Amino acid sequence: MTDPARPLVAVLDYGIGNLRSAQKAFEHAGADARLTADRSLIADADAVVLPGVGAFGACMDALRAAQLDEVAIEAAVAAAAGGRAFLGICVGMQMLYEGSDESPDHRGLGVLPGRLSLLPATVKRPQMQWNLLDINRPSSLFSTVDDPVWVYFVHSYAADASGADVVATCDYGGPVTAAVERGRMWATQFHPEKSGGTGLQMLQAFVAAAQQEV
Amino acid sequence: MRTARVIPCLDVDAGRVVKGVNFIGLRDAGDPVELAARYDAEGADELIFLDITASSDGRETVVDMVRRTAEQVFIPFTIGGGIRTVDDARRMLRAGADKVSINTAAVDRPELISEIAAEFGNQCVVVAIDARARRDAADAPADASGQTGWEVFIHGGRTPTGLDVIEWAQRAVSLGAGEILLTSMDRDGTRDGFDTELTAAVSDSVTVPVIASGGVGNLQHLVEGITVGRADAVLAASIFHFGEHTVHEAKAHMTAAGVIVRP
Repeated sequence: MTDPARPLVAVLDYGIGNLRSAQKAFEHAGADARLTADRSLIADADAVVLPGVGAFGACMDALRAAQLDEVAIEAAVAAAAGGRAFLGICVGMQMLYEGSDESPDHRGLGVLPGRLSLLPATVKRPQMQWNLLDINRPSSLFSTVDDPVWVYFVHSYAADASGADVVATCDYGGPVTAAVERGRMWATQFHPEKSGGTGLQMLQAFVAAAQQEV
Repeated sequence: MRTARVIPCLDVDAGRVVKGVNFIGLRDAGDPVELAARYDAEGADELIFLDITASSDGRETVVDMVRRTAEQVFIPFTIGGGIRTVDDARRMLRAGADKVSINTAAVDRPELISEIAAEFGNQCVVVAIDARARRDAADAPADASGQTGWEVFIHGGRTPTGLDVIEWAQRAVSLGAGEILLTSMDRDGTRDGFDTELTAAVSDSVTVPVIASGGVGNLQHLVEGITVGRADAVLAASIFHFGEHTVHEAKAHMTAAGVIVRP
């Protein structure tokens, strides 16, 4: 059933808000994208996407209730070691960390070190706007986009921008982690699926990475 | 870096754009999806659909419109109008909307703000406030009761509530609103520019972004909404719909005036 030219991208569906636009954006980017919680389909996929919107704790609860937390950890760890491609988006990126000050009682997936902290009080929260990326090292996610790179952010909490895996930041009351990369695991604080043509180019780059032999 | 957003607003009735949009080269000027794609291509930062559908039959067509928009438009969009319950919000968000805007329903039952925020996050809850200057207090910053010069109206501006705009905005944020869509009823339709005094008063009193709405007649008004009104985003309808200006022109003008926008 699967078209070899359209890699199967499993977008983890754990019952949170707007996942449909993410699925449609991946389809535009050339993938056979499925919203799914089906473990066998996820196992067969060429790439795994962990989306997320809303509060950190609510997303972690929903991910655990759908019994997809271990699936997400395994997929992210394998990608970080150079295996099947993985992309976390927004709270889907935040959950990769150990925790967040937004929901102190909830543990994160712990694939990346550190905790999320609230954006400074000197700026409006959430950051709900387009912002410019400062790309601080080359990433295949950005290989096809040209400077200046404008992308859409919606978040109130952010990861430590000095982390070793950070490949891009934006300036919002100071440097803010915008994207991380480890092996073939990528994660973005911004929403590529909501960043117009620029975001679609990034998703195409991710889909292309998903097609590469590992 | 704080950047300003430019947001065209489309009024839709039973899934069709109303208030005569006049663009050259559209196959169907009443098709919200085609218009949304056009605004996306012009550089709009977000879109807002205001659903004025009265009948419950028409509501399904709105969900379908949201679904079709999400298939073709890859910038954030908000749907407002007719959302009275968490179920209403869920249907719109699951269909592909990024945010829902609530107005009368939030005043009637403020817990609705918390309920939607708890399930889907603050970022998707826009509280829309229709504000009108109090006639007896238009020039006074606050009277003895602590009320400022603007009152909240609901039911499309027909019903006064007695609520103070600043107090209501702050309460909405404390309940979980992630953004305030602030419309000046005094300026709406006048083309005299935003009520920047109102906008600044609200923007300075809440921690979340504020969208200025009502009164845009030219591109300089967009600049003033940001620089004088201290809004985070500016909403406009007629100057874009009737082909007077493109979103690109608006952004070029704002950039020249020193406002940071995505080109």
